[in-house]
Amino acid sequence: MKFLSALNMSGGYGGADIIHDCDITVEKGEIAVVVGPNGAGKSTAMKAVFGMLDLHQGTVVLDGEDITGLAPQQRVAIGMGFVPQNHNVFVSLTVQENLEMGAYICDYDIGENLEQVFDLFPILKEKRDQPAGELSGGQRQQVAVGRALMTKPKLLMLDEPTAGVSPIVMDELFDRILEIARTGIAILMVEQNARQALEIADHGFVLVQGCNRFTDTGQALLADPEVRRSFLGG
Amino acid sequence: MTDVLNALVLITNFVIVPATAYGAQLALGALGVTLIFGILRFANFAHGELMAFGAMVTILCTWLLQSMGVGIAPLPTALLALPFGILAAIAMALVTDRAVYRFYRVKRAAPIILAIVSVGVMFVMAGLIRFIIGPNDQSFADGARFLIRAGEFKQMTGLNEGLAIKQSQLLTVVIAVVVVVALFWFLQKTRSGKAMRAYSDNEDLALLSGIDPARVVMITWIIAATLATIAGVLYGLDKTFKPFIYMQLLLPVFAAAIVGGVGQPVGAILGGFVIAFSEVTITYAYKKFITYLAPESWAPEGLVQLLSTDYKFAVSFIILVAVLLIRPTGIIRGKVI
Repeated sequence: MKFLSALNMSGGYGGADIIHDCDITVEKGEIAVVVGPNGAGKSTAMKAVFGMLDLHQGTVVLDGEDITGLAPQQRVAIGMGFVPQNHNVFVSLTVQENLEMGAYICDYDIGENLEQVFDLFPILKEKRDQPAGELSGGQRQQVAVGRALMTKPKLLMLDEPTAGVSPIVMDELFDRILEIARTGIAILMVEQNARQALEIADHGFVLVQGCNRFTDTGQALLADPEVRRSFLGG
Repeated sequence: MTDVLNALVLITNFVIVPATAYGAQLALGALGVTLIFGILRFANFAHGELMAFGAMVTILCTWLLQSMGVGIAPLPTALLALPFGILAAIAMALVTDRAVYRFYRVKRAAPIILAIVSVGVMFVMAGLIRFIIGPNDQSFADGARFLIRAGEFKQMTGLNEGLAIKQSQLLTVVIAVVVVVALFWFLQKTRSGKAMRAYSDNEDLALLSGIDPARVVMITWIIAATLATIAGVLYGLDKTFKPFIYMQLLLPVFAAAIVGGVGQPVGAILGGFVIAFSEVTITYAYKKFITYLAPESWAPEGLVQLLSTDYKFAVSFIILVAVLLIRPTGIIRGKVI
């Protein structure tokens, strides 16, 4: 059993199921990427893992503990961090306040956590007193990731962290994500930029219409002619 | 030269001093409306009644204290009774939230539904207030009335015009400044205050961060009820307590919140003063003022009053409509209702 094992998940937003019998797993210190065409249920699968969706089938196990019944806030408390795709910063709060709010549930001194995030994203230290809404897209994403890291999660989940940023910023964000993974955190992310994401991924999950179509290491998926033809544009 | 001074004293006495006190009262009321809108995301029409309720309990406690001979002269006894009024208003707000608003919040009802619900709450609360204290004027101000009397001022300066400053006016401004500073300190510096701003900014992300919505909502009601009671008592001390007047106050208070930018505390304060100064300057009769400054032959025949004081609420209305048409976000960019 892997560090995170979300197995046989089926569910949706109340209407018809969006994901069917979907498996997603990730090991500590590894990066798992969920890719697939638009509407494949990638974000939905992420939300299912984070408890933002009613599952009528399947289990989510983190570090050997069954957390299927926990609310998202409770999952934050046991070591999961989530960066939503949109509206993922408090625009009217300063960068530092954003990070402080990320650690809202921590009842200890968060100075060390703050320093770690500032070490990872030095630009945030420079802009700590600026409202997050005034930052560029890439810097905002850094705030969003930093906010989720403030609780020192064991599993970090990112929903399309590079949506809407330039290719250069994207490369830099991926570098940072690799750096985070090297500290032993498990990373699960959904990505539109499938090729670049699979290049840094240890494992890839290709979803189509809410089902697992291909599951393999990132390199193997990149090398698979069928995956290349169908999802990576040749 | 004396004429210019006389004119200045005149305008200070009849416009600047009363409008400043009135503006501070509106600002305190509008702060509550804007906080409720920012956090609970609906226009709380019952806010005027909450002001009246807090003021009513304060008045009842004032009478009790007066009958026991307890006082803090030269300050009004009402200040001593104020904490009880605040506690009662907080209890009222929390009970209402638990009994009424929470039901709709849990269902994630649309803001317009909550606004209509608050109209219902307003009528219930209005009935309760009239049931307890009656619909009439109540006087509860005691202590020294004036800091400077018009007559004394004339003697002191030898001018024709007198300047009177009521104790309640100075109290209003001092208390408003203290309360606003405390509120901003709370919102900017404390963990709970930051959590409130975070919740107002982005509810979903606040939930993801583990911010407890029930706690945020409770703190918001506590602050709003405190501000409402203080505003209500200061208004009552400065003018008079009459339940119907407080219902009417709702319009300028809302206008202040919207003009300033809904959900923006700084905007609420600005808006309070904009509305108060507009109301007072537009309904003031400038005849005497002009007579002092202009040559005698220019003396106007009429009162030179733009609008009768009976129409002062129309001023709030006009400003409100103008702002909604031209800059719906308000002076400081807030949310659009």
